[in-house]
Amino acid sequence: MAKAFTNLMNDRAAAEREKAGASGSPDAGGEGQIVRRMKVETRKLNFFYGPSQALFDISVQIPEKSVTALIGPSGCGKSTFLRTLNRMNDIVEGARHTGEILLEGINIDGPEIDVVALRKRVGMVFQKSTPFPKSIFENVAFGPRLTGVSDRRELEEIVSTCLKRAALWEEVKNRLTDSAMALSGGQQQRLCIARALATNPDVLLMDEPASALDPASTSRIEDLIFELKENYTIIIVTHNMQQAARVSDMTAFFYQGHLVEMGQTQQLFTKPREKHTEDYITGRFG
Amino acid sequence: MVESLVNSPDTSETPPPVLKLHRQFSLARLRESIVEWGMFLCSSLSILVTAAILFVLLIETVIPFGGVKPFFGHVSLWEFFTETRWTPTFSDKHFGVLPLVCGTMLVALIGALVGLPLGILSAIYLSEYARPKTRSIIKPILEILSGMPTVVYGYFALIFVTPYIVQPLFHSFLGWEVDSTNALSAGIVMGIMIMPMVCSLSEDAIRAVPRSLREAGYALGSTKYDVSLKVVVPAALSGIVAAFLLAMARAIGETMLVAIAAGNNPKLTINPLKSIQTMTTFIVNTSKGDTPSGTIEYQSLYAVALCLFVITFTMNVISHAVMRRFREVYH
Repeated sequence: MAKAFTNLMNDRAAAEREKAGASGSPDAGGEGQIVRRMKVETRKLNFFYGPSQALFDISVQIPEKSVTALIGPSGCGKSTFLRTLNRMNDIVEGARHTGEILLEGINIDGPEIDVVALRKRVGMVFQKSTPFPKSIFENVAFGPRLTGVSDRRELEEIVSTCLKRAALWEEVKNRLTDSAMALSGGQQQRLCIARALATNPDVLLMDEPASALDPASTSRIEDLIFELKENYTIIIVTHNMQQAARVSDMTAFFYQGHLVEMGQTQQLFTKPREKHTEDYITGRFG
Repeated sequence: MVESLVNSPDTSETPPPVLKLHRQFSLARLRESIVEWGMFLCSSLSILVTAAILFVLLIETVIPFGGVKPFFGHVSLWEFFTETRWTPTFSDKHFGVLPLVCGTMLVALIGALVGLPLGILSAIYLSEYARPKTRSIIKPILEILSGMPTVVYGYFALIFVTPYIVQPLFHSFLGWEVDSTNALSAGIVMGIMIMPMVCSLSEDAIRAVPRSLREAGYALGSTKYDVSLKVVVPAALSGIVAAFLLAMARAIGETMLVAIAAGNNPKLTINPLKSIQTMTTFIVNTSKGDTPSGTIEYQSLYAVALCLFVITFTMNVISHAVMRRFREVYH
């Protein structure tokens, strides 16, 4: 069932792509420039928790295979925004939104969209590492098992690939059957990344993935993000300005539910267009 | 002691100390300590009572007291646990506790088979699926069920479950002989009785699973069913096991229900359609009869009670140990 939906979504995506190609992609830039399709897009997204509005008219375009950082003071709506992209807010009581959220041009709120299939394509890593109280192997195998992969060989293949991609393989390859709870904080977080990769997503949402980690682990996660952007579109929420500057290609600054400014990271940190952005990145408030 | 604490008014020339750190006697402090001691006594009462009960059980069974030979002075432990006949009030006396233990376990096991799935599934439903409104209706009803006097359950088993469910099914339909009091009816109703307890304790365990773990499950593309059964329940498993053990301890110690519905026939059998006798039934029936104190029949009552005490106590200890282990995982 879920598979059928995934296929449906893929077919639609392919159709969209062709259409976009036929009408001339808007991103088809000059010679030699890497042409990037827009992976994720929102149009006039308004979000509400019950009666209170958390996001106002957010319109962004996020190119594929890039890292986009969302920055802003606590409570500015950046996490809420991130969680709308895989419809995690669906499970929050009283949450609703207006506007469009598009994944490869397809509205993810559409009635034909299977939210379960969506979440397999848009993976998520949380602030607090959330390993399941199972073995390391079973943690990574969790997603594939959901889709019905039960062949031991195949699962082993997926687990080792994902652990390698998450730069954890060398540390755990001899103790895959140990409990994931026994790993250190940084290892747990990389395990969660591996687990998210195992559903074979193409977008990876990261909600302050390194905020609870020591500097060494943080830098490993950052290196990892840099490597992962080869294959994945990454959107990362961070409180850490240096981190945003280090890892991201694009940066979006949120303030009180509004998108104040979004642009190339280099430009945003050196020549911000908005006074607000400048005040925030120079530490004058927030 | 108190004297030294009292800060006597200083009449000499020396200037008063700037900072007084001495404890000063005051009525408020006295009241404080009286209240504290009073509360301590109240809470230690439960320990005292437990110790006293254990003491009484032991002097009738193990420790010789006042020149009376205790139960295990007459009957060896070997006989107590291997003899298969329990006939303390007959002229041909046999003291094998096995038929009683077996009867108790039979009822408790059937109770568990009924109560455990019912309780756990309703706990999962209440915490994961039910909307707050549904939950606010079901929860109080479950609490009423757990507050029902057990004598009501006993008669429910005797005058409803046996004649209208068990007998039609097994006697009329399958042609097996069904006693009017039997372990099966008592066990089924026992399951219904322990179900609210299993449900409420497992629900506590399930709700204690952090929300972040559920979100991680959903983020991987799990359905609600996947999250509930593959993430939440395994994470809460030790809490659920503990809940189950506590409920079993209660089922084993339950008296009224089995005294009414399970029968009074200490025969070693595993046929649930037969009339049996549990440890608690034996105790209640013997103690309300006119067994003279000091006789071995009278003492056998304490021996069975001690056996029961040890079983339920062990189960309680195990379940608390399991629960403690569970708490350590997330804190």
